[in-house]
Amino acid sequence: MTSQGIILSGLDGDRTWRLADYVKRGGYDALRKIIAEKIPADQIISEVKKSALRGRGGAGFPTGLKWSFMPRAFPGAKYIACNSDEGEPGTFKDRDILRYNPHSVIEGMVIAGYAMGCERGYNYIHGEIFETYERFEEALQEAREAGLLGNNILGSDFSFDLFAHHGYGAYICGEETALLESIEGKKGQPRFKPPFPASFGLYGKPTTINNTETFASIPYIIREGGDAFLALGKPNNGGTKLFSVSGHVNKPGNYEIPLGTPFSTLLEMAGGVRGGRKLKAVIPGGSSAPVLPASVMMDCTMDYDSISKGGSMLGSGAVIVMDETTCMVKALERLSYFYFEESCGQCTPCREGTGWLYRVVHRIENGLGRPDDLDLLNSVTANIMGRTICALGDAASMPVQSFVKHFGDEFAFHIEHKKCLVPKDVQHEGSKIYVA
Amino acid sequence: MLSPESLKKIDREIAKYPPDQKQSASMGALRIAQEEKGWLASETIEFVAEYLGMPAIAVYEVASFYNMYDLAPVGAKKISVCTNLPCALSGGVHAADYIKKKLGIDFNETTADGQFTLKEGECMGACGDAPVLLVNNHRMCSWMTEEKIDQLLADLKK
Ligand SMILES: Cc1cc2nc3c(=O)[nH]c(=O)nc-3n(C[C@H](O)[C@H](O)[C@H](O)COP(=O)(O)O)c2cc1C
Ligand code: SF4
Ligand code: FES
Repeated sequence: MTSQGIILSGLDGDRTWRLADYVKRGGYDALRKIIAEKIPADQIISEVKKSALRGRGGAGFPTGLKWSFMPRAFPGAKYIACNSDEGEPGTFKDRDILRYNPHSVIEGMVIAGYAMGCERGYNYIHGEIFETYERFEEALQEAREAGLLGNNILGSDFSFDLFAHHGYGAYICGEETALLESIEGKKGQPRFKPPFPASFGLYGKPTTINNTETFASIPYIIREGGDAFLALGKPNNGGTKLFSVSGHVNKPGNYEIPLGTPFSTLLEMAGGVRGGRKLKAVIPGGSSAPVLPASVMMDCTMDYDSISKGGSMLGSGAVIVMDETTCMVKALERLSYFYFEESCGQCTPCREGTGWLYRVVHRIENGLGRPDDLDLLNSVTANIMGRTICALGDAASMPVQSFVKHFGDEFAFHIEHKKCLVPKDVQHEGSKIYVA
Repeated sequence: MLSPESLKKIDREIAKYPPDQKQSASMGALRIAQEEKGWLASETIEFVAEYLGMPAIAVYEVASFYNMYDLAPVGAKKISVCTNLPCALSGGVHAADYIKKKLGIDFNETTADGQFTLKEGECMGACGDAPVLLVNNHRMCSWMTEEKIDQLLADLKK
């Protein structure tokens, strides 16, 4: 964990998740300021807009704009939901935020509740991180006891309560409407949109969903101002961002750095490519983002605009590094299996298409590929993209398209020679259990 | 059907949701029931449904949709190893192979003595800690080298 930023910085104590420790770091100052100065909701939203904070969950949507969609005058219940269902392969930042700085998320959500006039929020926590869920529950208890959650927060007439909802193993619940269904105690199947959650969300009420890291950025923006946050990054890409670096690097882990930092610098921070080997490819934004060859990646800076110009997406900020020992067909086979397994099955193009993609990549990897398989892959993805209820269909297709586009000769070699271009023992050696 | 302690925990789940939205607690209730019983038999699911005032079929749907619920008996210790790509690049598959060899079982199998079940896991949101595995859904073990796997299996056998 390395931080040049605002969420994971100052976390060198041994109980950084405790309320007292958070308060020492300036925690809840933003909320106190809002309450003491009776800052109007509009002003908070315009500060968030000014910060150019973009959603950290994957789509990069401007947070302030999203908040302004909530109907202000709506009578009755309105909700805030935090998306901590981090299951996008390669992404492991929200777990560290919740483990080491849970109160930053709580404070961010309370401020969001204040700004959008909501009285209740839920944090949806990924099933596989039960210990983290328990720690977050403890943090909620601390905040309640300190009068930072519940009725009449800090003696004001603002009330907001917050609860944790624990998932139990379904990647699709990271999709925001599936997440709402899941909180409602149903199968996590995405809803048709429109209506959007801002008008019909949790229990049919207006709801705003943001990622864990997005909420954790809010206290700083209110405390130091939107301009200060913006200045940490670059125009249109405000702030610092957490990057989860995994794969063939010497020091996998979370790195919180200014948006706009060169990829080469991030790679260096992560200890460089393992064993001094050559970089082959990088998936810069979680498994759903298109893969980029090393040469393209080395020219990118880590921000929404540069990565998108390079042909991929910053997504969740999960940087999966692959060196020359990687078989790209095998890598894609594993990802395709994942999407096939995790499709919720509601839409035919996704349910059938993800199965097709997996089976075709699987047969290429296993020496049974046919000459027209690459065309087949491209046509299956074309039939999925844009024809499904949620973005999982696209998420399953983009890796396939990009792997075939950039590493087509490796696929062709498999089909022609019925074996990997990278010898099996080299692959095996390159990906063995690694101890730094 | 469930112990008073479990029921108390379920009541705490129910209290998290608006009074007319008790069904929201079904996921938590199933988790708590599974913790007590080891797996979710139909009687257990029906009991949870009745406790929450839900149709049994609705609770079945939940139990069968989410991967971490076990609708059939599993070994006393269920080990799920993540083999998704980021982990696979850092020994996830090696770790799974090593456990298979040590326990003499494949994925989705249980040892003859009923002690261990092995599962292939999907991304656990901990890829920087690869290889990672979960014991009985709730305990995450990081950086599982062969020595640490030996140690873990020895501890779990006790
Ligand atoms: C299949 C799928 C999985 C997703 N998984 C996550 C996730 O784990 N965490 C997350 O924050 N957003 C995830 N998203 C994006 C959410 O739908 C939503 O855009 C996001 O939570 C909004 O928060 P933000 O604006 O703060 O980024 C996923 C989307 C899709 C289609
Ligand atoms: S695209 Fe796939 S995951 Fe999304 S709703 Fe359709 S079937 Fe379900
Ligand atoms: S890929 Fe294994 S924890 Fe993410």
